[in-house]
Amino acid sequence: MLARVQTWWIIFRICVEERLVYRGDFALGTLMRFLPLVTQIFLWTAVFAGAGKGSIVGYGRNDIIAYYLLTTITRAFASMPGLASGIGRQVREGEIKKFMIQPIDAVGFLLLARIAHKLVYYAVALGPFFLVFWICRDYFPGWPEPPVLAAYFASLVMSFLLGFFLEATIGMISFWFLEVSSLLFVYMLFNFFCSGHMFPLEILPQPWQGIVEFLPLKYLAYYPAAIFLGKVPPEDLVQGLLVQAGWVLFFVIACRAMLNAGYNRYSGYGG
Amino acid sequence: MSAIQIRNLQKSYRVYQKKEGLAASLAGLFRREYRTVEAVKGIDLDVEGGEFVAFLGPNGAGKTTTLKLLSGVISPTGGEATVLGHVPWRRENDYRRRFALVMGQKNQLWWDLPAQESFKLHQKIYRIDPADFARTRDELCELLDITRLLQQPVRELSLGERMKMELTAALLHSPDVLFLDEPTIGLDVVAQHNIQKFLKHYQEIRGITILLTSHYMKDVAALCKRVVVIARGEIIYDGSLSGIVDAFSGHKVLSVQFAGERMPGDLARYGEVLEEVAPKAKLRVDRTAIAKVLSSVLAEHAVEDVSVEDPPLEEVIAEMFARNQATEVADAAAKPVAAPPAT
Repeated sequence: MLARVQTWWIIFRICVEERLVYRGDFALGTLMRFLPLVTQIFLWTAVFAGAGKGSIVGYGRNDIIAYYLLTTITRAFASMPGLASGIGRQVREGEIKKFMIQPIDAVGFLLLARIAHKLVYYAVALGPFFLVFWICRDYFPGWPEPPVLAAYFASLVMSFLLGFFLEATIGMISFWFLEVSSLLFVYMLFNFFCSGHMFPLEILPQPWQGIVEFLPLKYLAYYPAAIFLGKVPPEDLVQGLLVQAGWVLFFVIACRAMLNAGYNRYSGYGG
Repeated sequence: MSAIQIRNLQKSYRVYQKKEGLAASLAGLFRREYRTVEAVKGIDLDVEGGEFVAFLGPNGAGKTTTLKLLSGVISPTGGEATVLGHVPWRRENDYRRRFALVMGQKNQLWWDLPAQESFKLHQKIYRIDPADFARTRDELCELLDITRLLQQPVRELSLGERMKMELTAALLHSPDVLFLDEPTIGLDVVAQHNIQKFLKHYQEIRGITILLTSHYMKDVAALCKRVVVIARGEIIYDGSLSGIVDAFSGHKVLSVQFAGERMPGDLARYGEVLEEVAPKAKLRVDRTAIAKVLSSVLAEHAVEDVSVEDPPLEEVIAEMFARNQATEVADAAAKPVAAPPAT
């Protein structure tokens, strides 16, 4: 077990080092990601001014800006830029071979690499994030009760795991189709609207709202934010978190099964 | 028990046959034609521990496919194989810790980081004792003369330097079996020579089993006592390198230096004239007729010097591959076209 932990640690450390190689790109990528936050605040202010009413589907202007800021945090955990397309490229160009010939688990490696990249990014982004949230502190209704806050953090961690394993599963499809960019585009499109990334899911008309309830996507943005803002009744919290954990487990199994099946049908592309 | 045992190993692929043009591309969205390529057609092979064996063959002969099968990168369509008692395509960690695969120009190192970081990762992945790791790394780096390059990002190394780093990474865990797929491809002669020298030395001191594919005859001649020739997915020769000439060349080269400046005008009656610069001539003579031709030349002309040699090895192998490819084309032409399977 100790040897395994040491391996994880060195993978993690090397991934961090790799992330820090291109300083300019790293600094720009980290700092410029705050621009969408500002534009969304202006957008929703304009929407409420135009609508001429105090609330939309139970969300006031302050609520919705707080919601958007909170989904930004969830997205920071759950979004996995380049994961599925990266797996597709590795399969197409034959780089995946190294995971087949070396005693190393591909999924574990990718997960550690992702944790390292996220940690490096947010270690640097923490300052600017804190500043934005401090400036916008009046939009928030206040801190939730400790059990709700604990549920919020649990949901955030699971949103990271769900985002990772869901997108890795899509990436594994490249063992069959080689190119997954179109599939990924469709997924991103659904994710954009059905995860609550752009607006609270209560805005969706029926039957879409009902359908989204049965999809895992809402746990990638909406659900943790809704917990924090008290939109999830306390008596439903445990059940909601269990369903989210169930989705994580489902995609962990799906990802592993597809990797094993993919290895067995792999044709060793790329020489 | 042999280190590598292969019995009736087969691998076939289904390859999409894309026709030219936009119409064919659109039609391909609904119905595709596939061709089954039999990359490996039931080969049998035994390699003893400590042997250095070369796989020779033209492009597409099945050499790399065989190495991929033996390293567990792909699974076979039929047959059996064991390496060090393990079935490769089960990809057991116990097996993966005992072999290494190096594919020419395929980078397994971290591109943006110095190679020493990749080496550390290998140490952990293969669970190499720290003292053993330091000793092996230093030994390999010294042998390959790369110690000064360890802190340089891999992307800034030359092709030859990267291949040395790849070899080092592959050998850090002291594998019992090493698969080398064209390790000197794209390297200049100096780098090729350095890699050859290293491999020869390393194999001698460690006694590991090595399977090498290469198109460079110099690699093979310098390193391997045993040569396996694969063509069209089948083993057509297994023996010594020099034995290839006996097995596949039907002629010898007769070099004659005539006395004086005058050359006989009817040299073609002895054999095919390869070179004719008075007073010297080179003739290609059928192997079975060499004794008779030689005695005729000596009896009929004043000869100052004469020698009989085998044709150059590379020429024999090139001819053998060309013959094999011609047979393949003829077979394909003779084969009736099968109806494509629906997709």
